[in-house]
Amino acid sequence: MKQPVLALSTVSKAFDQETILDNVSLTVEAGEFITILGPSGCGKTTLLRLVAGFEQPTQGDIVIEGRVVNTVAPHKRRVNTVFQSYALFPHMTVYDNVAFGLSCKNVPRNEIDRRVMDALKSVRLDHFATRKPDQLSGGQQQRVAIARAVVNEPLVLLLDEPLSALDYRLRLDMQLELKRLQRQLGITFILVTHDQEEALSISDRVVVMHDGLVQQVGTPRQIYETPANLQVARFVGAANIFEATIEGIVDQQLDVSFAGRSYRLKNKRSLALQTGQAISVLIRPEDFSVWDRTEVDSEEKAHMIPAVVEDVIYKGSTVDLRLRTESGELIQASEFFDEDDEELNYRVGEPVWAEFQLGWEEILLS
Amino acid sequence: MKRLWQPAYMSLVFAFLYLPIIVLVVFSFNHTTYSGLWHGFTWTWYKELFQDTDLQTIAYHSLLISTFASTVAVCIGALGAVAVFKYRFIGRQGLHALIMAMIIVPDLIIGIALLLLYHFFDLTLGFFSLLIAHITFCLPFVFVVVYGRIITLDKNLFEAARDLGAEDITIFKKIMLPLLMPAIVAAWFLSFTMSFDDVVISFFVSGPSYQILPLYIFSQVKLGVTPEINALCSMILLITCIAALAGQWFLRKKP
Amino acid sequence: MKMSNRQFKIMAIGFISVWMAIFAALPLLLTFLLSLFKPSTTQVVVPHLTLHNYVDAFHYLYIRIFLHSMLWAVFTTVLCLVVAYPFAYAMAKMPSKYRALSLLLIMVPFWTSSLIRTYAMMTIIKAKGLLNHCLIALHIIHAPLQILYTPVAVEIGLVYTLLPFMILPLYANLEKFDWRLVEAARDLGATPWTSFSKVVLPVSMPGIVSGVLLVFLPSITLFYIPEVLGGAKSFLLGNLIKYQFLDGSNWPLGAAMSTLLLLFLLLMIGLYRLRHQRKNAGLFV
Repeated sequence: MKQPVLALSTVSKAFDQETILDNVSLTVEAGEFITILGPSGCGKTTLLRLVAGFEQPTQGDIVIEGRVVNTVAPHKRRVNTVFQSYALFPHMTVYDNVAFGLSCKNVPRNEIDRRVMDALKSVRLDHFATRKPDQLSGGQQQRVAIARAVVNEPLVLLLDEPLSALDYRLRLDMQLELKRLQRQLGITFILVTHDQEEALSISDRVVVMHDGLVQQVGTPRQIYETPANLQVARFVGAANIFEATIEGIVDQQLDVSFAGRSYRLKNKRSLALQTGQAISVLIRPEDFSVWDRTEVDSEEKAHMIPAVVEDVIYKGSTVDLRLRTESGELIQASEFFDEDDEELNYRVGEPVWAEFQLGWEEILLS
Repeated sequence: MKRLWQPAYMSLVFAFLYLPIIVLVVFSFNHTTYSGLWHGFTWTWYKELFQDTDLQTIAYHSLLISTFASTVAVCIGALGAVAVFKYRFIGRQGLHALIMAMIIVPDLIIGIALLLLYHFFDLTLGFFSLLIAHITFCLPFVFVVVYGRIITLDKNLFEAARDLGAEDITIFKKIMLPLLMPAIVAAWFLSFTMSFDDVVISFFVSGPSYQILPLYIFSQVKLGVTPEINALCSMILLITCIAALAGQWFLRKKP
Repeated sequence: MKMSNRQFKIMAIGFISVWMAIFAALPLLLTFLLSLFKPSTTQVVVPHLTLHNYVDAFHYLYIRIFLHSMLWAVFTTVLCLVVAYPFAYAMAKMPSKYRALSLLLIMVPFWTSSLIRTYAMMTIIKAKGLLNHCLIALHIIHAPLQILYTPVAVEIGLVYTLLPFMILPLYANLEKFDWRLVEAARDLGATPWTSFSKVVLPVSMPGIVSGVLLVFLPSITLFYIPEVLGGAKSFLLGNLIKYQFLDGSNWPLGAAMSTLLLLFLLLMIGLYRLRHQRKNAGLFV
């Protein structure tokens, strides 16, 4: 089995008594597109800087292709960084910017030319070689920053929130562009972001971080559908988290009560639980269906939650509802316009029934 | 109505500041020796200036000292600013404080202190005593100008260069120097004006073998107002004005 | 040029450190040391440690000159402040296209020779100068005023020379002021005077302090201004110290006075820092 291109082994980093990273371990395979996802202050940028070599770990090892590189200088690691502010040299042309790393290594002139033009072609900026950074748009500057990094043929490319400065439309385009580029170059990409939509849409795997700890590592689907804990569930996607109690356990089935109802749920994760234990039940807004009182007969009502519409938010492709249950809990529901319900007309104050598909919920420890 | 006082007051102060200078320049063309009234336009006094060979030597001395001193001050000062910005070393705070202190300490004390230094080392007062003194008082200004510019640069630029494999000297030559060049050039011009006009420090550290303009003017001025001095002063004003404006131009912020 | 990182670091730190050590720190140290030596008529100095110079420095004549200079400095500084502040204020509020021009117009007197500007002032206030001509022409006076070679001339000369040094720090500070704060104060009911004294003035304090530091001591140590404009009659601290090194030939006494002046300067800065214990209080803005 091939060794991973990058491995972090129980890495910790502290600044002035404050722990930023706490015992982080991670392996990254060659050719993967990994995203490190987390809110500001969770330590993700510090992690990136440790891999790049701008900081040294207080504890633990950074291993690149089997070699411990803790004390190796940034330019001697086969790792390059694309900075959040791009950090293009303002007084140099695009060509000189991209060629910079190669000229530092004394690569021969004609080889520099070939590699620089190849790099610019791969980001589709080969016609901009003689321009200066201030003559380029934000998106173009970003592509130059990427070209400047990849021209050095690193093993790993680190991207620090590269798309945060771009506007929405451009960001979506650039996400696809990054994905395409990574596939084409075959380089391992490690991207850091706080935008969970971005992380889900482009990564092979996502590392969710919070408070300096790795909360979960998994594919985008795993992160979203089976979050490891409350932090991950709350951070990735909207979530309804219900405080619930275990009323009874029968084999792999649990009798759980929340929002004023009792449900028989499957213990999908085979958690060790006891009767009377307080747990959390996660249901995504899109997993709720909302019916008005006239549409539902008394039989079906048995497993539906009665609630009153508090807010209606029209979002174009969906209608988001905020519902208040009789026991005072808030339910966020997302309804899609489809062939079942073309109109989705809700009024504030209207009494409704909220229903979720059994089996689509997730049980998390509180 | 209330707003009117602002431009009016500013005009008044500008008039106060510039009127004497304008009168001085105008009267350098005045065809009279003592009277305060206008007697007609003439180039006489300027012609006399250009024929005075002693004066030419003195002027040449001043230009030489100022050019040399500015150049050396800019080299040491710019490099020093980079060093203080980039590195952490013992005595860094002290060095920075000493440099800033030299701006506040009166010229009188600096001049006297250097005189004592030269006396202690038996250095005859002449070209080198002047040059060293001028470099010394220009250094802090160069430092402040260049340092002020360095801290506005994007720190990521240096990290990006490191990431791409540049050694410190390469970063200095290819990234810092080009980006700091306007500030460095501005510092050169401003040092030049300060050095060219210096009276107090030069007074203490100059010797009879190497005369410079400001001290010559000082001795003449004590004798009273004459058109020849007006002409000389006008020429010096022109040179320093151009240098000062050049310095300011290079310091301007890019839009 | 291939140079290792270590070599570059040594060179960069070394040049300026060595220069400052030899030509800035050492001379000041020597000044202090000299103040402890005994003066002599045959040599400049006799290597004999004594504190007598400091006792001499407190001779009543010198104290008189010192106090006189202090009063002078305070008066000049206050006068400069009073003239400069409204100017800097007006300049800071100008629309930006005029502001750049105004700044340039202030830079010119700031950077050009103070000696020449003092001489220029001489041409205006002398007996046959512009000022007298105008006053006589306007029938305000009948005989020319003798301003030159009086303390009034020295004061005018000092203010004329030092005004830009007060204007620039004030302007640098006020230019960064967020004028919307004044709008907010007015909106909350403050009178123009209150919104100025309670909102603008306190924030412009660092600028005022910088201006004061750039004007206070120079007003008494720029010896050539009293010499040129005041003749023999004006004798301030700077002239006194200079005298020790030339005609008076008492270098140790001069060194002692210089050291005392330096201590006074440190005291002023120290007091200010003590009163305003903010971590990031810069000296110039």
